Amino acid sequence: MAGAAGVNDVEDAIVRAHRDEWARLVASTARRFGSLDIAEEASSEAFATAVERWRAEGIPPNPAGWLSTTATRRAIDLIRRENKRDSKHREAMMIVDDEPHRSVGVIDDDRLRLIFICCHPALAMESRVALTLRMVGGLTVAEIARALLVQESAVARRITRAKTKIRQAGIPFRVPTAKDLPERLSGVLAVLFLIFNEGYLATGADTPAMRDDLTAEAIRLVRLVRTLLPADGEVAGLLAMMLLIEARRPARVSSSGELITIDEQDRAAWSRTLIAEGHSLVRERLAAGTAPGRYQILAAINAVHTSARDARDTDWRQVLALYDQLASLDPSPVVALNRAIAVAEVDGPHAALAIVDGLEGTLSEYHAFHATRADLLRRLGRATDARESYDRAIRLCGNAAETRYLLCRRDESAVRPPASEPIRSTRPHEEASP
Amino acid sequence: MQYLISVIDDEESVAADGDGSASDVEAAAIDDFNERLRNEGHWVFAGALGGPATATAVDNRGDTPIVTDGPFLESKEFLGGFWIIEAPELDTALRIASDGSRACNRKVEVWPVLQE
Repeated sequence: MAGAAGVNDVEDAIVRAHRDEWARLVASTARRFGSLDIAEEASSEAFATAVERWRAEGIPPNPAGWLSTTATRRAIDLIRRENKRDSKHREAMMIVDDEPHRSVGVIDDDRLRLIFICCHPALAMESRVALTLRMVGGLTVAEIARALLVQESAVARRITRAKTKIRQAGIPFRVPTAKDLPERLSGVLAVLFLIFNEGYLATGADTPAMRDDLTAEAIRLVRLVRTLLPADGEVAGLLAMMLLIEARRPARVSSSGELITIDEQDRAAWSRTLIAEGHSLVRERLAAGTAPGRYQILAAINAVHTSARDARDTDWRQVLALYDQLASLDPSPVVALNRAIAVAEVDGPHAALAIVDGLEGTLSEYHAFHATRADLLRRLGRATDARESYDRAIRLCGNAAETRYLLCRRDESAVRPPASEPIRSTRPHEEASP
Repeated sequence: MQYLISVIDDEESVAADGDGSASDVEAAAIDDFNERLRNEGHWVFAGALGGPATATAVDNRGDTPIVTDGPFLESKEFLGGFWIIEAPELDTALRIASDGSRACNRKVEVWPVLQE
């Protein structure tokens, strides 16, 4: 190679390689050496070496191959070191998967195995999130801690605990059997959705309303899963839903840090590119003609909202029909609450309030329940009751921008007569069951 | 590797069964389940345990062994029985445990037996 590459070129190459190759590198190293620990360490060291060597010697013609060779060498070194430390470990550490790849009816990719092991139902949910962001997403422990607003030591502990359980309890590094696949995949999508939601409506009193790093990472991970399982309708549905929510991000929080509900957002600020991609995925699923799962229905609901040029043009009958479909699939109270918002638009606030009041028992600790109820009461002219519900919503709300929004609505409801304006829920038609 | 499937009994199921032992229906289902474990090569060992009132704690970490009536910790839930099974990895063990839970009509836990 002729001379040293430019610093910027090298940095770009590293960033690109990290984005494109990290998960593949960890996954293939984990399969070959039978250890997530070794895979993680060998992969990060391969990248650290790349920073040094590519600067001095130039970017190799095949960066992915270079990283793979370097990580493999590093993994072998690590195993030798382990063996010296404890010879009893030798056999366990040398479990190298030399079985030929067996087809299991779905695409058999190391990255898919990695995703399934990180999202295994035997791991605690918080560990699944941290492990997925680290192993599949390639975020550092510090980045994960920042994104999730927890201490670095807590993230490190979650990851270590998960890796120990994977090793000691024998959680397998493989794609689930065809029989288990739908359920296991829905577990994976739940983890990715949780990551997205945490970024989308962050909890914590003094935190920014949205954390773009997390929503972007969640979308990237779903795109990866879609590359691996392109025929799966729910993967496409989840991606479409995330894109259609992400598209509205620029319009979601005011300059004063207050949440802006969908009916008041500046629709010109929505991302046309993301909406176009989301709509095209929803059309693809409709054309498939198979019964949609929950994410596909939620994507379709978001497609209806993002199709309206003006909030007043929203096809609420279509939204309600989709919620009926969702409720038959998932009779959870949160779905019933969101459905009630559509009922308010189609049949009026009276009918909606009757439904919402029926959910009091199960959702009394959920801030969106009180916020929805407050808005219905306000529209029915019951100002005192509305205020009381706003107060309860504010006490339960974890997001700073949303709290500011609720405070504002509460104070308005005290002075303003009810108007025939569209209902405002703080999370309209976006959230699935928590 | 080997896994312990521990059967979690509680006061409720004891009250339902009278003495906490398996009902006839449960016993028959457990027999079928055991038979399958043997046929499929997962069987290592299994047993039903006497209730907490029959347990005796022994502590010989000090100068003399101390023998005490009952388990060290009285709790609502206790170990009612167990299986030791052989399974290649956790997913298989969980599938077996889920059939075992159905057969004995109790909640179960899956614990890996650490390999040396």
